Order: sequence, then structure tokens, then C-alpha cells
Amino acid sequence: MKNLAYIIIGTFLGIVLYKSEAASWFRIYEMFQFDSFHMYGIIGSALAVGVVLVQWIKKSKVKSFFGEPLNIEDKERSFTRYIVGGTLFGMGWALAGSCPGPIYILVGAGYWPIVIVLIGAVLGAFVYGVFRSKLPH
Amino acid sequence: MLYQPWPWYVSGPLIAIIMALLILMGKRFGMSSNLETFCSIGGAGKFSDYFKVDVKSKRWNLLVVLGSVIGGFLGAHWLSPNPAVNISDETVNKLQKIGFDSAGTAYLPTELFGMESLSDPKVWTILLVAGFLVGFGTRYAGGCTSGHAISGLSNLQRPSLIAVIGFFIGGLIMVHLLFPLIFTA
Repeated sequence: MKNLAYIIIGTFLGIVLYKSEAASWFRIYEMFQFDSFHMYGIIGSALAVGVVLVQWIKKSKVKSFFGEPLNIEDKERSFTRYIVGGTLFGMGWALAGSCPGPIYILVGAGYWPIVIVLIGAVLGAFVYGVFRSKLPH
Repeated sequence: MLYQPWPWYVSGPLIAIIMALLILMGKRFGMSSNLETFCSIGGAGKFSDYFKVDVKSKRWNLLVVLGSVIGGFLGAHWLSPNPAVNISDETVNKLQKIGFDSAGTAYLPTELFGMESLSDPKVWTILLVAGFLVGFGTRYAGGCTSGHAISGLSNLQRPSLIAVIGFFIGGLIMVHLLFPLIFTA
């Protein structure tokens, strides 16, 4: 049952990101050119609703669907890893025109060259894991 | 309506609801951690203890990935009779100047994502390097658009704000400084 729920949520995510065109390389380029409000509208309205939902979940102490207490963890405090990692990610996001979610979605959509991007991304995660202790965090 | 591109004010709130559903299932919305799970499955634990994780505990997120692949298929093949993305005229002009003639007529630029462009080794290099930056950067930063820009900022996390500022610094450097060097018409 739970497994099916994860697949359905993922399917819904895939449809939303595809149909909103957030998975389109062109929309990402347009965003970084500040030529359209579209992507800012998506992220902005997701945040407006997201902040309300997360604050409600935290304040109401609502339990999970399975009756377990919920714990939304804080992100670890640091500066270097977020600014350096974030900048490298941003360069890749603009060049590939997609972030991890859309990469999977575009595989499903049948744009096969995106598989090269996926292989690169797995390789990048691997290299990070191997050299992690030598990087400033 | 369903078959047209979905407006931002529909899509954005739906993304927030997906995040909330995952939180209420006791999980979190983060797509890039799956990249590490793929490494673990592929035996990366032999090279670094970082990848020695219990893959079973990550299975739920792989199911979300499986779902998003299905969603991409449905979105592209059942729900989108016209794949063209209606980007602004300024963007089309800028892209045509750097050789992207498919701007305004396709979902992804055929110059990078059309099968015929794979005969050009430069395209392979671009896609591989782009993916590498995405994978390395997101794990270094501890999250991507879903984990930081949506989940982290929704939880008012300062680290996520720093990461998102980084995303934009990187994106602006790429598009404004590096694109003119990489793509020449």
C-alpha cells in the first residue's frame, strides 16, 4: 500500500513538473535571463503554500498518516558547503536545463540524451562521496 | 485545460502539496539523494564508507523516482499534444543568436537533446559535464531544488537560502558568462 502511494506521488510530481514546463531546458534559460515570471511564479507560489503547510505541520504537532510523530529536521549549519556546492549545482542546472527531479521525468518522457546527464550526475555524486572528507564544508 | 501547459499558480501550490504529503508520510521531498542511492546500489561502498548505507531505507524515494519517470511518460505522451514551450520572444531571440533554432518550437532544444545531435562529441561532453556539476554540486550543497529551494525554504532554513543564492550565482555565471563561450552560432 505504502509503496503504491510513493509511486503515485512520484507520478503526480512527474506530471506537474512536465506540464508546468519546469522540466523544460528553455524555461530554465529564460529564468536566468529574467525574461519571464513563469519559473519565479512556480517557485514563489510553491513556497507561499509550502511555508504555511510546514508551519501548520510543526505547530499542530500533527502525526504522520501512520500515526508516528513527525520530526522535520533542521539543515546542518554551515556556509561554505552551501555556497560552493550551490554555485556548482546552479551551473549544472543552467547547462543541463534540469535539476534531479526533471532528469528522471525527462527519461520517462523519452528524451534519451538526458540519460547522459543522469550518468554524469551519478558520477558527480560518486566523486563527491569519495572526496568528501577533503572538501571544506 | 489539462492538455495546455499548466499555469504557475496551479503548478506551484501542487508542488507544495506533494512536499506536504511526503512529510505527512514521515519522509521528505528530496530528489537528489537518490543519486547517492544509485551509487550505493552500484557498489560505491567499496570506495567510500559514505556510500555504505542501508539501501532498503531509501527504497521509498526510489519509488518516487519510478513514479516521476511514469509521470514524465504520461505528461509527454498523453497530456501534451503540442510539445512547444511558449517562452518569451526575447528569450527566443537570444537563443537563436547562439544557435538554438529550436527555441519556441520544442520542449527541449533539439541541438542538445535530439537523437541526431548525439553524433557530435561536443554534445556528449556538454551533457556529461552538466550532469556532473548537478550531481557533485547538489550533494556538496546537501540538496537540490526540491530539498533546498522548496523544502528547506518552506521550513525557513538559512542554509537553504545560502544554497539557493548559490544556485542563482551558478546559473547566472553559466548563462551569461559561459554560454557565449560554449555555444557559438
